[in-house]
Amino acid sequence: MPTIVVEVMPKAVLLDPQGKAVTGALHRLGNTTVSEVRIGKRFELTVEGEVTDALLAEVQTYADEMFSNSVIEDVVSIEVAQ
Amino acid sequence: MRVGVITFPGSLDDRDAQRAVRLAGAKPVALWHGDHDLHGVDALVLPGGFSYGDYLRCGAIAAHSPIMAEVIDAANAGMPVLGICNGFQMLAEAHLLAGGLIRNDHGNFICRDQGLRVENTSTAWTNDFATGAEITIPLKNGEGGFIADADTINRLEGEGQVVFRYLGVNPNGSINDIAGISNERGNVVGLMPHPEHAVEAGFGPDTAAAMRSGVDGLAIFTSAIRALASV
Repeated sequence: MPTIVVEVMPKAVLLDPQGKAVTGALHRLGNTTVSEVRIGKRFELTVEGEVTDALLAEVQTYADEMFSNSVIEDVVSIEVAQ
Repeated sequence: MRVGVITFPGSLDDRDAQRAVRLAGAKPVALWHGDHDLHGVDALVLPGGFSYGDYLRCGAIAAHSPIMAEVIDAANAGMPVLGICNGFQMLAEAHLLAGGLIRNDHGNFICRDQGLRVENTSTAWTNDFATGAEITIPLKNGEGGFIADADTINRLEGEGQVVFRYLGVNPNGSINDIAGISNERGNVVGLMPHPEHAVEAGFGPDTAAAMRSGVDGLAIFTSAIRALASV
């Protein structure tokens, strides 16, 4: 069955406290080259049957209205996994 | 006067909010998130907690609950609606209030008695406060950082829609120390701290007078009753 993958990231201009905490942990482990970590979300939607343009448009709506909050996040990709 | 308190899966403070409504002098009406029925209430409280486990984002799934269609219609028609903590997050996710709430900038859950200044005493939920009132009510959240883009912040500040501001300590990195806001009309208010935990002596924050004697939250609920009485 095909899978639609939606990725959502915190807006680039915003503080990402999760990412900041992980960046700090990497530095405590001795890393000196990673300057920033940002953490987003990946949604995998398993689909019965074929992925149509209509379904992708529907998923775009879900991505914009529920998976992400446009005040704080961006939908960065919607793709059909092979 | 009937004030509905909506219980979502994961609501924690619904009973506390009902108690606050009762102590303020109104009749609390328990509402269920899965219904499409406000049971004829005059005002609404969306209580604190962790609706749907805070999966996706805090308040995000609850903002799409069946009853939210009625809440949005009622709010747009002018009904007083209060969102406390997770309820504030729901109102922001439902776009009834501007901005969004993100994880506290220090990354930690925080629980403390929090000083606030009431910046706008003309909303449906603050008209029982004296102008410039400074109050103390409990705060407990992990994702209480209020953010919005610069234009939105300027509009909120310019139009008097910043209703509560943190005093002394900014507990979560909120822009401009914003603890609570209203919509343009002033009937919808959201705040991160919990007024329902400061409504009865013996159970509230400590004050200079006595331990646990703080009841500064009560005026938020009596304000709604006054607002409804004046309609």
